[in-house]
Amino acid sequence: MSAYIARRVLYALPILLGVNVITFFLFFVVNSPDDMARLHLGNKHVTAQAVENWKAERGYDKPLLWNAEQHGVQRVTDTIFYRNTVKLFLFKFGQSDSGRDIAFDISQRMVPSLVVTLPVFVLELLLTITLALSIALLRGTYFDTWAVIVCVAMMSISLLFYIIGGQFLMGKLLRLVPISGFDGGSAVVKFIALPVLVSVVAGLGFGTRWYRTLFLEEIQRDYVRTARAKGLSERGVLFKHVLRNALIPILTGVVVILPTLFIGNLIIEAFFGIPGLGSYTIEAIQSQDFAIVRAMVFLGSLLYIAGLILTDISYTLADPRVRLT
Amino acid sequence: MRFLPPTVLATVCLVMLAASIAGCGEQPWNDPYRAADAGRAIFYGAFAERPKHLDPVSSYSENEAQFTGQIYEPVVQYHFLKRPYQLVPLTATALPEPRYYDKDGFELPADAPAENVAQAVYRVTLKRGILFQPHPAFAQRSDGRYYYHHLTREEVATRATLADFTHSGSRELTADDYVYEIKRLAHPHLHSPVAGLMGKYIKGLTALAERLRAAEGGNHGFVDLRKYDFDGARVIDRYTFEIRITEKYPQFRYWLAMSFFAPVPWEADSFYAQPGMKERNFTLDWYPVGTGPYMLTENNPNRRMVLERNPNFRGEPYPDRGAPGDAVAGMLRMAGKTMPFIDVAYYSLEKEEIPQWTKFLQGYYDVAAVLPDSFDQAIQFGMKGEAELTPSMQDKGVKLVTAVEQATSYMGFNMADPVVGGDSERARLLRQSIAIAVDFEELISIFANGRGVPAHGPIPPEIFGYRAGQSGINPYVYEWRSGHAARRSLDDARALLREAGYADGRDPATGQPLTLYYEAISGGPSGKAQLNWYRKQFEKLGLQLVIRVTDYNRFQEKVREGTAQIFSWGWNADYPDPENFLFLLYGPNGKSKYGGENASNYHNEEFDQLYVRMRALPNGAERQRLIDRMVEIVRRDSPWLWGFHPMAYALNHAWYGNSKPNLMARNTLKYKTVDADLRARLQREWNRPLLWPLAIVLLVLIGSVIPAWRSYRARQRATAR
Repeated sequence: MSAYIARRVLYALPILLGVNVITFFLFFVVNSPDDMARLHLGNKHVTAQAVENWKAERGYDKPLLWNAEQHGVQRVTDTIFYRNTVKLFLFKFGQSDSGRDIAFDISQRMVPSLVVTLPVFVLELLLTITLALSIALLRGTYFDTWAVIVCVAMMSISLLFYIIGGQFLMGKLLRLVPISGFDGGSAVVKFIALPVLVSVVAGLGFGTRWYRTLFLEEIQRDYVRTARAKGLSERGVLFKHVLRNALIPILTGVVVILPTLFIGNLIIEAFFGIPGLGSYTIEAIQSQDFAIVRAMVFLGSLLYIAGLILTDISYTLADPRVRLT
Repeated sequence: MRFLPPTVLATVCLVMLAASIAGCGEQPWNDPYRAADAGRAIFYGAFAERPKHLDPVSSYSENEAQFTGQIYEPVVQYHFLKRPYQLVPLTATALPEPRYYDKDGFELPADAPAENVAQAVYRVTLKRGILFQPHPAFAQRSDGRYYYHHLTREEVATRATLADFTHSGSRELTADDYVYEIKRLAHPHLHSPVAGLMGKYIKGLTALAERLRAAEGGNHGFVDLRKYDFDGARVIDRYTFEIRITEKYPQFRYWLAMSFFAPVPWEADSFYAQPGMKERNFTLDWYPVGTGPYMLTENNPNRRMVLERNPNFRGEPYPDRGAPGDAVAGMLRMAGKTMPFIDVAYYSLEKEEIPQWTKFLQGYYDVAAVLPDSFDQAIQFGMKGEAELTPSMQDKGVKLVTAVEQATSYMGFNMADPVVGGDSERARLLRQSIAIAVDFEELISIFANGRGVPAHGPIPPEIFGYRAGQSGINPYVYEWRSGHAARRSLDDARALLREAGYADGRDPATGQPLTLYYEAISGGPSGKAQLNWYRKQFEKLGLQLVIRVTDYNRFQEKVREGTAQIFSWGWNADYPDPENFLFLLYGPNGKSKYGGENASNYHNEEFDQLYVRMRALPNGAERQRLIDRMVEIVRRDSPWLWGFHPMAYALNHAWYGNSKPNLMARNTLKYKTVDADLRARLQREWNRPLLWPLAIVLLVLIGSVIPAWRSYRARQRATAR
């Protein structure tokens, strides 16, 4: 398995490089280094010299990809792309364009993101699987029909509606929890209650319907009929056999997102004032801070690749017949 | 193993959550603040965007000034109550008056013509005994050595916030600190936004920047600016310093009220320049050091920023005089009492409008801006069109505070454009006719909820030179009817257009409607509606307006390069002087040629000559005469559709006192009061939790599960068929 993992890690390098190239192009198609400088320096009284100074200090005065004025390998290395990309692969995120240390900020913001995403992940997983199994248990009844209708309806509603509705209902109308904000220590409970509830409810429709489909497919299989023939109760069949055998598709969807929990949810964090990495990324995009955008895209890709490798490993744990070679 | 039914599990969770929230005693469940803060003189506000710079040399935005204004103290400040705005001493003993010298060094009288003045000297004498806030940069051992000026990278790495430095110190404010900051304007790595502008005025500042750039190279370590001789700012004695500027520029005194000229101690620069400091985000941009009434004790702009009373602040009396009506309005209630009145100010990050507005309604923010989405909930218009609070706001005791901003929002013509620009009669008449057709009164009503005053020229109300009433109307667009300015008729506009050679809006060269191009920034659905409205205004004259929507960067680039034909633009005053608006039309400030702030690239010889004379004059009849002439010139030439001067609307809760708006001063927190007991009582009253709907939801859930459970049981018991 170690050879397999090593190979996957090596595969990851060109993927990360590709992601970097795409991010770089997308960003610099929209923003030139001049635009970035002017945005950071403000609109009033900015001179051309000030713009040049700002770019020079951050290395944005270099050509983007090819430096024709240099010789040899420096034609590639003395460019904005090379100077920024190589550092990322060494996990040196450097300074943001506004002068903050990115690694420090990431370390500070990771925890608030996790405080929200982790309970959402656990609760949503438990609830959707439980509900999906219950619906599978009652398949063909009115409960099944209505559950599917409700799930489709819930899937069709935008997350923004859940957020605004949740804030209106729980924060404004019932006045049970703060409408937004964040705090440390035990006070964190009252701040994350609403974003967690909203996130779980918003994901319930899709998750339940997806797992219901998986379980119904499993229920058609021969081993289920055998189990029933042996006299096992329906609950026993579902929870002991169907659930176990449906683990592979469940793991496919679940394990891959585990590492990405660190980078938070962009919209939820923005609306609820959670000082996590999701809102960090949104702010960086809004303020055209390429250094942060580049670092966060790199981190996101890295964690996603890690999630894919973990998913493969989890298959071997769920099903001993699977071998990673 | 038996699982609890989901409904029971949900009930248990809800009860646990309710218990944890209810554990806060009398505190409302939805209170976002800590129970221990209840009843304290705390100001609660919000900010939407993280301040980028708190270093006074680079901070320029409004959202930064709400913090830096309370921390740093320039030598002068704006009087809190008096109008028109006037400067009063802050750390200086008196307002600095310039002394003028000719090229041979002989002193000139104060009214000397600007062309004779080769140098103006501002001498400032400081009050004694002013102390900096406690800060580790000042901490010294008994032998005088600094605790934290020779730290290693490893020692810095063990600290996360300034509070982790156990020792702190302070020292008296001296003239050196002001001179040091003026030198910092030239520092190549600090990127002061006014470095270029000030380089034109302060003697030797540009040369100092060159010397620093050469001396420093790529090294970002501590540059001890005290070692650099500098003619532009000199220390005379411990409490006196001089600033030398190279021309007669009376508006320079207003710059002295801005944070760019606030004192910075060399110890702070030395402290923050140590290895490892930047990696831990210990910078002056993040942890300011000032002498003002407040100091920043928590800087987590991802969540909140906290200002606390500076224990070393000397105290300052609340003004005992104000503008007419201030005494009746209760603004002099605290006259003579020592400021500040508020102990702590919490500013929470609030990126979205809905939570911010809801928290204001719940009493968790003391003040709120009137946002577009909540405008109708807060404001209604009376019989005479005056803005007033809705009954629900009045029931809460909310106060509405309005003021015309020292700003202008206009639609500009690019004067370098061959169709709409230039000095030809044809183009001038075309611009004048469009100026009549674009109905800014309607725009203010539809798109700004009435928050604006139609502009008749570049100068807004409350600025010297502005004329109200009949003598102040723009006769090319308005006429005086029944005691008020009325926009001229479309027939007048069509007649002008005909005279320009565009009868019925048609281009004689093609016979087709004249096509004009408006550059715009994409702005969502409401922005699209406004763009359609612009198109319809031009259609009134038969003109075809093509809207070119682009992103912010491209839009800026087009205006900068002079390739935009028509565009909307605005200006917020740096200081309350007509020069700060009229310079927007001064030829040598043209944006495309000189990179200045004249976005229309307007140029008129007579205007430029008058501008140079007006700039150097004190407010008085002669200056007014020149301004009147200048305004007449630009009204006739019409390089802008004058647009409107925006109005600031703010809502304050009943417990928030001394809320008179002062749109020039940034250090207003020290004047404010909070009745914390009233706030706590009303917060409790407004935020009693409602629990019965939850019980109904639970019953519905249980009710829906029972039949399902029954059908499951029935299926289990059924015999095989």
